[in-house]
Amino acid sequence: MPDPLSSRLTHLSVWRRSKNVLATICAGGAVILVLLPLVAIFGYLLYRGVGSLNWAFLTQIPKPVGESGGGMANAIAGTCLILFIASCFGVPIGIGAGIYLAEYGRNRFGDLVRFTADVLNGVPSIVIGIVAYAIVVLEQGHFSALAGGVALGIMMIPTITRATEEMLLLVPQTIREAAYGLGVARWRTTLSITLRTASSGVITGVMLAFARVAGETAPLLFTAFGNQYWNWKINQPTAALSLQVFTYAISPFDEWHRQAWAGALILIILIVLSVSAVRIAAGRGMLKGTS
Amino acid sequence: MANRALGAPRLPGPQPVAESQVISGARAQPEPLINAGSGHVSDRLFHLAMLGCGVCVLGLVGLIIYELARGSSLSWHAFGWKFFFRSEWDPVNEQFGAWAFVYGTLVSSLVALAIGVPLALGVAVFITEMSPRWLKGPLAFTTELLAAIPSVIYGLWAIFVLVPILRQYLEPFLGKYFGWTGLFEGAPYGIGMLAAGIILAIMIVPIISSITREVMTAVSQQQREAVLALGATRWEMIRTGVLRNARAGILGAIILGLGRALGETMAVTMVIGNRPEIARSLFAPGYTMASVIANEFSEATGNTYLSALIEIGLALFLLTIIVNILAQVLVWSVTRGMPARSHA
Amino acid sequence: MGVGIKVENLNAWFGKTQSLHDISMDIQANHATAIIGPSGCGKSTFVRCLNRMHETIPDTRVSGQVRMGELDVYNGTAAVQIRRRIGMVFQKPNPFPTMSIYDNVAAGLRLNGFHDRRRLDEIVERSLKLSALWDEVKDNLRKKSGASLSGGQQQRLCIARALAVEPQVLLMDEPCSALDPISTGKIEELIFQLKENFTIVIVTHNMQQASRVAEFTGFFLMGRLVEYDRTEKIFTTPSDKRTEDYITGRFG
Repeated sequence: MPDPLSSRLTHLSVWRRSKNVLATICAGGAVILVLLPLVAIFGYLLYRGVGSLNWAFLTQIPKPVGESGGGMANAIAGTCLILFIASCFGVPIGIGAGIYLAEYGRNRFGDLVRFTADVLNGVPSIVIGIVAYAIVVLEQGHFSALAGGVALGIMMIPTITRATEEMLLLVPQTIREAAYGLGVARWRTTLSITLRTASSGVITGVMLAFARVAGETAPLLFTAFGNQYWNWKINQPTAALSLQVFTYAISPFDEWHRQAWAGALILIILIVLSVSAVRIAAGRGMLKGTS
Repeated sequence: MANRALGAPRLPGPQPVAESQVISGARAQPEPLINAGSGHVSDRLFHLAMLGCGVCVLGLVGLIIYELARGSSLSWHAFGWKFFFRSEWDPVNEQFGAWAFVYGTLVSSLVALAIGVPLALGVAVFITEMSPRWLKGPLAFTTELLAAIPSVIYGLWAIFVLVPILRQYLEPFLGKYFGWTGLFEGAPYGIGMLAAGIILAIMIVPIISSITREVMTAVSQQQREAVLALGATRWEMIRTGVLRNARAGILGAIILGLGRALGETMAVTMVIGNRPEIARSLFAPGYTMASVIANEFSEATGNTYLSALIEIGLALFLLTIIVNILAQVLVWSVTRGMPARSHA
Repeated sequence: MGVGIKVENLNAWFGKTQSLHDISMDIQANHATAIIGPSGCGKSTFVRCLNRMHETIPDTRVSGQVRMGELDVYNGTAAVQIRRRIGMVFQKPNPFPTMSIYDNVAAGLRLNGFHDRRRLDEIVERSLKLSALWDEVKDNLRKKSGASLSGGQQQRLCIARALAVEPQVLLMDEPCSALDPISTGKIEELIFQLKENFTIVIVTHNMQQASRVAEFTGFFLMGRLVEYDRTEKIFTTPSDKRTEDYITGRFG
């Protein structure tokens, strides 16, 4: 005769075992459900975009409404211009703040700066656009690439600061001491030794910041504003790849929809390339030669 | 006590190194090659410059608050607190009330959480505890890839792929079988609150799942083993040994996802319908705080109009900051506190 | 030529904790002086006070006087200038990882503003010969990175780097403790040669090493200088019982 207690334990065990299996199935299902849109998005980008990617697309500016053909050359150039302006002040300030936090900021004030950088990171990009509008567009009286650059530059700073601080902290103290021991001044040590040792990691951080802001649209809506023509002047409204994709996507023209997919494909290729380069650099070890 | 030693002949020691290594004719007098300065001034200047960069960061946030406050003062004086509780949005007559947008923001974010949180947790649990080792890296990488996709591309895909699916398959299905809840009534346009909620859900999964993975990994191995040693199944171990201990951090991750959803602009603008309406049904179009700014800012005529939009921006800013700070505190409490507790 | 260092009533603190108490000693020019003692007795701290490296750590304090020849180390001269005259070699070899061998040796000069190419070449060659590394690396000076050398070679590279700025004193903080016996032997030979032109202070926890390379030895215990005398006297007939206990291995 089976022991009633042991048979009860066996019964429980079946229930618990099936919960276990169910949990695995649910979690695995979640993974599949999440990967589906990823595959779908990349798939559609390729499927709908690749056909329109041709030399004309990359070198021509948009044609007037109703005409077919034309491209996004000015938008690609505009994105480059805006990113350039953004990095002119975003990169130095970001690296400088990172240096401050790593080398001078192990105190309460440094904590405040660190915290504020995190806060800045979480500000919605459209709000940053409003601020850039207020300080540049309103002052100048017109939209401009400069305003767009200011907005994106502000957004780059927290990412770069964080990455720089982290990379500098990874440099062993003994390397700095070796420089001090040679009578090298502190500022020189920080720049020529510490920063140089961490340089590939810092560059990685900068590239990550680029990848992040290159796809931003919201802050450009009322700063750079967009432009159907070529523009290299920083004080004029400028086209940008992300803006162009948005404008075309919500338009009623099939022709423009087609080009939106192509533009989106270019954008995602650029971003994936940057992110992959970052991953490879991280894998190879960011501090060359330190044991 | 210390003894002062005097000069004395040298001790015998090891043999000198081979001749070739020795420089013949040692220098008579060392010459200080460097007459370089003390570096004091440069050190000070450098410190100040770096400090200046740090102060810039503070200044930027201050600038944001200042400009938002300044820009919204007109609207504030015109409408006061009630601005956020009235739903009249009439640019022609200069009557503005942001309730429709607040409602839209909250509802779309809630729908996003309702869909996205279970998915994100499932992914996190799978990657951390269930996946075979060789799969962990690729899976983690692909979820992070989702985070790298710009909002406008999500929106593009949503307009041309997601919305037609909703319009033709999902919404009729939901309307037929779940219409009685009141959430799925009305014509299935595709465009509307549900579309916005779904695309938002996809967008917040990466951040919730990556933070959740972080806090789950912060739970010590000893906690897991303790539960397993009591005879638990793997799922029971995950539930009581890991998730329970990490729950503050997981809550933080969810709130971080909420923060992201609140501020999300482009993808939402492209599929939510952009009508300042308040409806119970998720099929109806809506409008969020970020979307109204995106759509109407560059064409706003009149100072009150612009000021009203900036005031919405200010509210959005404050909302996301509070949410993000709360989330950081929660996540911190697990990733910092955990190692200390496990020693008990 | 090296100069001597005269230490008078040196005290040092880490925050509130005092780690050196009233140290006075006369370090002889052109000789090697060993500093021995158990772990935590303040040997490293003492040596780092000589070239003002102690103050690179936040919240530290020093009192007393250190004179190098006619120079007062703490008053009247910038720390940076002192450190160009008193060089340092550290426990774990620390060549600059992003620089070649040549650049490592030249670093101290370049970073202090000296850029004369031809003189740099000469100085690099001389320093590497002084540290007995020249023959092993002369073909790869600019191609190989400093960090790609073996442990013993790296330490000799660090010695060359320190010598390139032509200090008068060379401080060595347990330079061989991370190295294998053969490299240790090579470096000890080196110290023997360098004594002719430099004053050397070497911290070591290895008493045999002290007796091999140094003419004078100071025994530190708990932040105090217990005994300082000719090495042979310290190791054969120490005056203080504590020294004797340490030498004979009763503790430490």
